[in-house]
Amino acid sequence: MSEPITIDDLKTDEKSWWCPGCGDFGVLAALQKAIVELGLSPDNLAIVAGIGCSGKIGNYINSYNIHVVHGRTLPTAMGVKLANRDLTVFAVGGDGDGFAIGMGHFIHACRRNMNITYIVMDNHIYGLTKGQNSPTSDFGAKAKATPWGSIEHPVRPLQAALAAGATWVGQGFSSNQAQLVRLIQEAVNHQGFSFLNVISPCVTYNKVNTYAWYKQNLASLDDEAKHNPSERADALRLAVETDEMVTGLLFEDRDAPSYDSLVPGFSTTPIVKQDLILPEEAWDNLLAAFR
Amino acid sequence: MDQIAWKIGGDQGEGIDSTGDVIATVASRMGYFVYGYKSFSSRIKGGHTHYKVRIADHPVRSAVPETHVLVALTQETIDRSVHEVVPGGAVIADEGFQPSLPDGCGLPLIAIPMGRIARELGNPVVRNMVAVGATSALLGVPLARYEAYVSLKFEGKGQGVVDVNLAALRAGFEAARAVLPDGLGFTLPEVAEKGRLLMTGNEAIALGALAGGCRIMAAYPITPASDVMENLVGLLPQHGGVVCQMEDEIAAITLVIGASYAGARAMTATAGPGFSLMQEGMGLAAMAEIPAVIVDCQRSGPSTGMPTKSEQSDIMAAIFGGHGEGGRIVLSPSTVEEAFADTAEAFNLAERYQTPVIIASDLALSEWKQTVEHLPIEKVTIDRGEIAPQDFLRHLQRGSFDRYALTDSGISPRSLPGQPHGQYLATGVEHLPSGKVSEDPRNRKSEVDKRARKFQPLIDDPTGVDYEGPATPDLLIASFGSVTGAIEEAIATIGESTLHIGRLKVRRLWPFPATAFRKCLEAAGEVMFVEQNSTSQLRRLSELVGIDTSHATSLLRYDGILFTPQEIQAAIRSRFARQEVS
Repeated sequence: MSEPITIDDLKTDEKSWWCPGCGDFGVLAALQKAIVELGLSPDNLAIVAGIGCSGKIGNYINSYNIHVVHGRTLPTAMGVKLANRDLTVFAVGGDGDGFAIGMGHFIHACRRNMNITYIVMDNHIYGLTKGQNSPTSDFGAKAKATPWGSIEHPVRPLQAALAAGATWVGQGFSSNQAQLVRLIQEAVNHQGFSFLNVISPCVTYNKVNTYAWYKQNLASLDDEAKHNPSERADALRLAVETDEMVTGLLFEDRDAPSYDSLVPGFSTTPIVKQDLILPEEAWDNLLAAFR
Repeated sequence: MDQIAWKIGGDQGEGIDSTGDVIATVASRMGYFVYGYKSFSSRIKGGHTHYKVRIADHPVRSAVPETHVLVALTQETIDRSVHEVVPGGAVIADEGFQPSLPDGCGLPLIAIPMGRIARELGNPVVRNMVAVGATSALLGVPLARYEAYVSLKFEGKGQGVVDVNLAALRAGFEAARAVLPDGLGFTLPEVAEKGRLLMTGNEAIALGALAGGCRIMAAYPITPASDVMENLVGLLPQHGGVVCQMEDEIAAITLVIGASYAGARAMTATAGPGFSLMQEGMGLAAMAEIPAVIVDCQRSGPSTGMPTKSEQSDIMAAIFGGHGEGGRIVLSPSTVEEAFADTAEAFNLAERYQTPVIIASDLALSEWKQTVEHLPIEKVTIDRGEIAPQDFLRHLQRGSFDRYALTDSGISPRSLPGQPHGQYLATGVEHLPSGKVSEDPRNRKSEVDKRARKFQPLIDDPTGVDYEGPATPDLLIASFGSVTGAIEEAIATIGESTLHIGRLKVRRLWPFPATAFRKCLEAAGEVMFVEQNSTSQLRRLSELVGIDTSHATSLLRYDGILFTPQEIQAAIRSRFARQEVS
């Protein structure tokens, strides 16, 4: 019906606000490539972005984008998906957006299992507010509001998602494009909530968790081929044992029913395409209950 | 007698609501006008509660001080309420707690072993139905009326439950008949049945949403708004929609925004603290010009306040809440019919003006049952506002659609996800006509002005007020929301033929209908604002838009108790005492 999509179709003429070398460029590139390879039309693509450096992604990708309130990408994305189940819906944000102010929604999105994909660009720092610790910052990490070092233990997003019941959990690295593109595609194809945490280094404010540091510490599950992603307990153990320094698919449950499949009477015709006028006879029945 | 006020009191959890529902519904089915309200506290069991049902041959929509029949399940009920019982009235009480009336009160006490009868029937819970049976005898309503409704009400719970409730009704009826003193009793003759409805505001809001095309509802439970969600659970899934109970109010409002952005009609309902939490989301909807419908069932505040008490103190938050200067529309229904009509219309306004629309209900309107003569379903229309035509979008390059184009009306056609070549960025950041972010000073000014321009026609729209009364009243009573019921009754029954009183209710609080409101005030000799808040928010609001209220006074209640017509009449009389009209 529509012409094949190219990367150029997905690009905007907006000048980037990201710092040169930012990991978010890699996430954007992988997202665009994954969309092209999946054959998704930008007409049917909705991206809900949060607040922070990562939240600017909607400026650079030519789809239906909504840039929302800090921390609230997930409920907004759920609203988009419920309204029009024919859309492919992404929620995209940073570690502050998702695991600090938005943590409540994250846990509930995991257990709700709506058919959307959540990509977090995780750089262990607040970039746009110029360098405060984020919920994923290491214990002891020094930053503007914690000059003596963080005295809080970091959130472990993969474990949190697994414990909350997420049915697809993966982690990518902005520098490993081939794996990241593949993970995004798998996440989109998953029938349910997919959570993809992407290590996306901040070159300006995080001088500890650098590209070199991640390259030294991150192990790819692609290289090991020993992990069985069908067992939640195995995935949790792996996440704990590696302290989440792994990339690849940690867990997927292909059989879990998605939220949309559980909503009573939820039509395969998207809500936005339904007739809104109620037949007159329906009212007679509805009002009878009040007589 | 043109009206009877029946009241039951007891501990919470004793089926007080259910009893009130039976008395109210049967009276409605007999053709009477009914108003049913209660006093309750924020707990499930224990604590005194009461339910009062007004039964009249004319419209009634307010609380009244007097009671004709008091049904007491505890001595506390008698102690608290016996002073309300008028001469000629009576007290029905459970013999089990050895009820006593104050010395010299002169009222007949009809003591019935309600608890014992219920226990003998094998189900102590049906004590309240024994009370209904006794009421039936006292009111002179055929028992069959109650039997029919009780059978229907408990149908879903099985024949056993129906049977024991029917047995309780009958036993209560007979026990009362055996002890009723000669000459005591009321008559509620059958009147021609009109097929009127008996409904709460929240039920009407749910029906209005369905009629208005709402298909997605997201909310977080909160008193007194939860039953909007619960009512819609019974309505939306049958008509292709969905109701989502969310993790908090922020999730609820942002889900609504996402759904509306995608082209569905979506709403949320909340109260008090939940409304505060939604402010940031409403700012996003205003800035990104996304429709959203929010029901605020106002209750006493700030903070937790008195969650089970009605108040009208959120209107400043509804209009000006949140940071920055975002445009909103705030509607103010004062009757159940208006709650229905306003909710249905809210979706048209939200899409036409691409903005949040708040329905400012209040606890009394939301929760209390009133007779509805006619639900104006036939008047509901669906206007989706300006949506970019496909033929227009098709010729655009992807990404070149000016979603926020600077139009004369300020309203820019929107595209909906799925429409080819309609892509754009909707954002809470200030943006160019294309949606791309910008801090350019000239653009900032033109976009702010564009968004403000949208609302200009509403300021002069005369439907924002509803005036009833003489062209030049001696006294104009200005109000909004549910207090209007008490005002109308006060005016109708004050019996002051030389005093010309008009009532002005504001139907749209924002954009404030300044032109029409000013005209009404200027025509009036004196003005009285009647509001359920401590700062006279409606008066302040009218002053804010430049209306002179120097000839006005304010009659305010903020103690959680509903206005009665009698106290409004007393205020009118004391105001005009110098003119010797009492």
